[in-house]
Amino acid sequence: MQQIKSVNDFVIRFANTNGTGSASANNLFAKTIFRMGIPVSPKNIFPSNIQGLPTWYEVRINDKGYVGRRGGVDIMMAVNPQSIAQDIKIVEPGGYFVYDNTKSLDMRLHRDDITILGIPLTDISRREYTDARQRQLFKNVIYIGALAALLDIEFDVLKGLVHDQFKGKEKLIAPNIHALELGYQYAQSNFDCPLGIRVERRNMVDGHILMEGNSALGLGAVYGGASVVSWYPITPSTSVVEQFEKFAKHLRVDPESGKNNYAIVQAEDELSAIGMAVGASWNGARSFTATSGPGVSLMNEFLGLAYFAEVPTVLFDVQRAGPSTGMPTRSQQSDLLLAAYASHGDTKHVLLFPSTPKECFEMGAASFDLADRLQTPVILMTDLDLGMNEHFSEPLEWDDANVYDRGKVFSEAELEAMSERYGRYLDVDGDGICYRTYPGTHPTKGSFFTRGSSRDEYAKYTESSEEYVINMKRLLLKWETAKNYVPKPEIRPASESTRDGMIYFGTTTASAEEALDILRDQGTHINALRVLGFPFNADVEEFIDTHDRIFVVEQNRDGQLRSMLINECEINPKKLKALLCYDGLPVTARWIIEEITNSEPTNNVVPFSKEVEV
Amino acid sequence: MTYHRPEFRHPDLPTNKLGYTRKQYEGAISTLCAGCGHDSISAAVIQACFDLSIEPHKVAKISGIGCSSKTPTYFLGNSHGFNSVHGRMPSVATGANLANRDLIYIGVSGDGDSASIGMGQFAHVVRRNLNMLYLVENNGCYGLTKGQDSATSDIGSAGKKGQPNLFEPIDLCTLALELGATFVARSFSGNKEQLIPLIKAAISHSGFAFIDVISPCVTFNNTSTSTKSYEFVREHIEATGKTDFIPVQQEITADYEEGFTEEVTLHDGSVIHLYKNDESLDLHNRLSALQAIHKCKEKGEILTGLLYLDPDCEDLHEMIATVETPLRDLDETALCPGSNPLDAINESLR
Repeated sequence: MQQIKSVNDFVIRFANTNGTGSASANNLFAKTIFRMGIPVSPKNIFPSNIQGLPTWYEVRINDKGYVGRRGGVDIMMAVNPQSIAQDIKIVEPGGYFVYDNTKSLDMRLHRDDITILGIPLTDISRREYTDARQRQLFKNVIYIGALAALLDIEFDVLKGLVHDQFKGKEKLIAPNIHALELGYQYAQSNFDCPLGIRVERRNMVDGHILMEGNSALGLGAVYGGASVVSWYPITPSTSVVEQFEKFAKHLRVDPESGKNNYAIVQAEDELSAIGMAVGASWNGARSFTATSGPGVSLMNEFLGLAYFAEVPTVLFDVQRAGPSTGMPTRSQQSDLLLAAYASHGDTKHVLLFPSTPKECFEMGAASFDLADRLQTPVILMTDLDLGMNEHFSEPLEWDDANVYDRGKVFSEAELEAMSERYGRYLDVDGDGICYRTYPGTHPTKGSFFTRGSSRDEYAKYTESSEEYVINMKRLLLKWETAKNYVPKPEIRPASESTRDGMIYFGTTTASAEEALDILRDQGTHINALRVLGFPFNADVEEFIDTHDRIFVVEQNRDGQLRSMLINECEINPKKLKALLCYDGLPVTARWIIEEITNSEPTNNVVPFSKEVEV
Repeated sequence: MTYHRPEFRHPDLPTNKLGYTRKQYEGAISTLCAGCGHDSISAAVIQACFDLSIEPHKVAKISGIGCSSKTPTYFLGNSHGFNSVHGRMPSVATGANLANRDLIYIGVSGDGDSASIGMGQFAHVVRRNLNMLYLVENNGCYGLTKGQDSATSDIGSAGKKGQPNLFEPIDLCTLALELGATFVARSFSGNKEQLIPLIKAAISHSGFAFIDVISPCVTFNNTSTSTKSYEFVREHIEATGKTDFIPVQQEITADYEEGFTEEVTLHDGSVIHLYKNDESLDLHNRLSALQAIHKCKEKGEILTGLLYLDPDCEDLHEMIATVETPLRDLDETALCPGSNPLDAINESLR
């Protein structure tokens, strides 16, 4: 058997039972490697359940900086007998299967093409501890210790992290380090350490951080000035508001009175959550709510109201696998069409697509400027993978010269100085965006009635067809204006000239970029474009126009981004080849490479039918 | 309906403390049916705000969908208004109130809007004790869709469509009491002597003030077989007593009428006097209010007037400890932590 040999480039998966405290031990593992200067990318693959079902934690380790999912598992740390049969099957040939051999492995599961290492985790734990919960918790720490020996992890770094993690609970430090040593010593004395797969200190982290996208979004909302937050708990968006609150408690308390410069209300449902956000925004505060697909479905009516009545509204959609309840703890990019065209009638909404925690932070903050500027809902589209997993990200930065853009709002003085009649829906500047007033601004000028029914330019109810059409056309003009405000796409040119293109967004980015590099090394050159916002601006159309074949890679079944490109751009749909991964797990670089390779012939020459420029 | 209203007003119209006449509190011309009870309620709101010398632009009017929800256009034309979506006025009002605690919030809803599609939001805005006046203009039917029974329609009551209602009615006052409302009253659109002081007291109350106003639908539910017709309500109405509202600014004279039995001082110092008809009613006791409502119902009567009041309650802002400054008036200096804390945050993520 040819064992896999690798330094700093492998995938390890932990197979655990949820509710047993494995998450913090596994996190210890990933963070230790991060602190050894090596980029890591941990992903939780967890059930919609609190206790007792299989849960996995997959860590990609790669010192070239590829932090998307690669595909395949080189080392399996199997601690859950429930899932052991499937866990052993997916180990790459030449890989390692480390398991708790307190109960010996069913011979039928045995494989000759992998190395199987048994550690009596339960036995060691049972001998060492008397308390049942301790036995369970420390079993996890013991296998981390064993892996430290097997993979050549610096034990001091591991110990340092334990010290940091239990700051304030110092009593727990010594027992945790003891448990690590138990595992470490067992591996040292029973196996030939380290294995062919191992880690080695690098200097590749360079100020980066490990952060969950939801946490970055919550912080972004604090920085963006959100002061009214309404929400209804739903996986995987719940931690956005929890994190907002955590940061606000530190950063948003008035030092003099000790009172809060923010309000958070847990609503009775998603309808109410978005209703509060709309009401607060209408009244001049910055407000948001966060939800996932089922919540967006419920929020449709209010999104239509906010679009038509032109109330700035910020919504964070942390997507999960649908339809319906779908797979609530799995990731997908499948709410695009729902969000883009939410609600009845002719509606379309501005969308943002971050792909890293840093972008969640920045776009999260910027979404409030965008909503105020455009006076319409802005829906930031993230997903479970980005939101709930720690991502290797550039550090967060804030430019103190930033000033909030509150958009077009008349102040009391401006109203006072006005001699003409104020029209809430009067397009004074010709860009489709009209001037708002906040309630309570001026005693006699600037008040208007906001409604979801048709109105004239002075906000007066009307059923006049002409007035209705004027208003709908102006909203389209505003949509055109929005193209200048949404972030431009990021173009990643191939190293050689090509007529092939690839389009992707959000959490597909890291895997797509790795795939593109590998394909390049194999001689396949593809120009790439990452979409960052909707409506698509001119650069997106131009990219499509200048390529003959474009792979649109996305994590849903129906090619939703592809549908939107066809719907919104004047293009030939046949040019757009859908590459769709929708199994609920983050897309892998290997899968993208395979799909592209199988879609031969590649097209790196200017096609015959086209005129060749001389 | 009227489609033209002359601009002319009597030159000697009385003015209030702000120097405004009633005209400054009027809104657009109503488009409701002639004789609609809702228009009387709008008139009562206008009178109450005029009497209280409220600056009209310091009021925000919020409603859902339906005949009742149209009415905010017909009063306080210098106030901002928001005619939102069906049954969701409470959430919009909650968000608005959180954004600016300094405005007065008048929410207008109907029996369909609150007792059916918006039942959930109604229940939860009560629980949160949002500082607002919540008016339900209750006509027992769906007017805008031409007269279907609503959830407040009594068993056996039949409107113009002729089919008697089969299902238990929902009593929104009882429900509000159960859910912890801190001001609960019922009134009748045809009784402005009762309604105006109740609206004034409700606006002055610092917390959630609920008034269920029975407001007959002249077009679809004013039949001899309906229990929400003008005639039926007039014949079956009972009152907890006569309410007098004395705003804080007004000097309290000791000229109490005979039968005065209870005085309540509100948070802002204004005073309510209730000349009770029934000595057993205790305004500070939910159980007493519930019993009074049920006793009347058993007799086939409708109990109106002030039913319950807790003047010392904490509203939502107090419960969640928001700053005194309206949140929407905070700028970057209060809202944005700036680059400084980011170093520590980044460091904690390494």
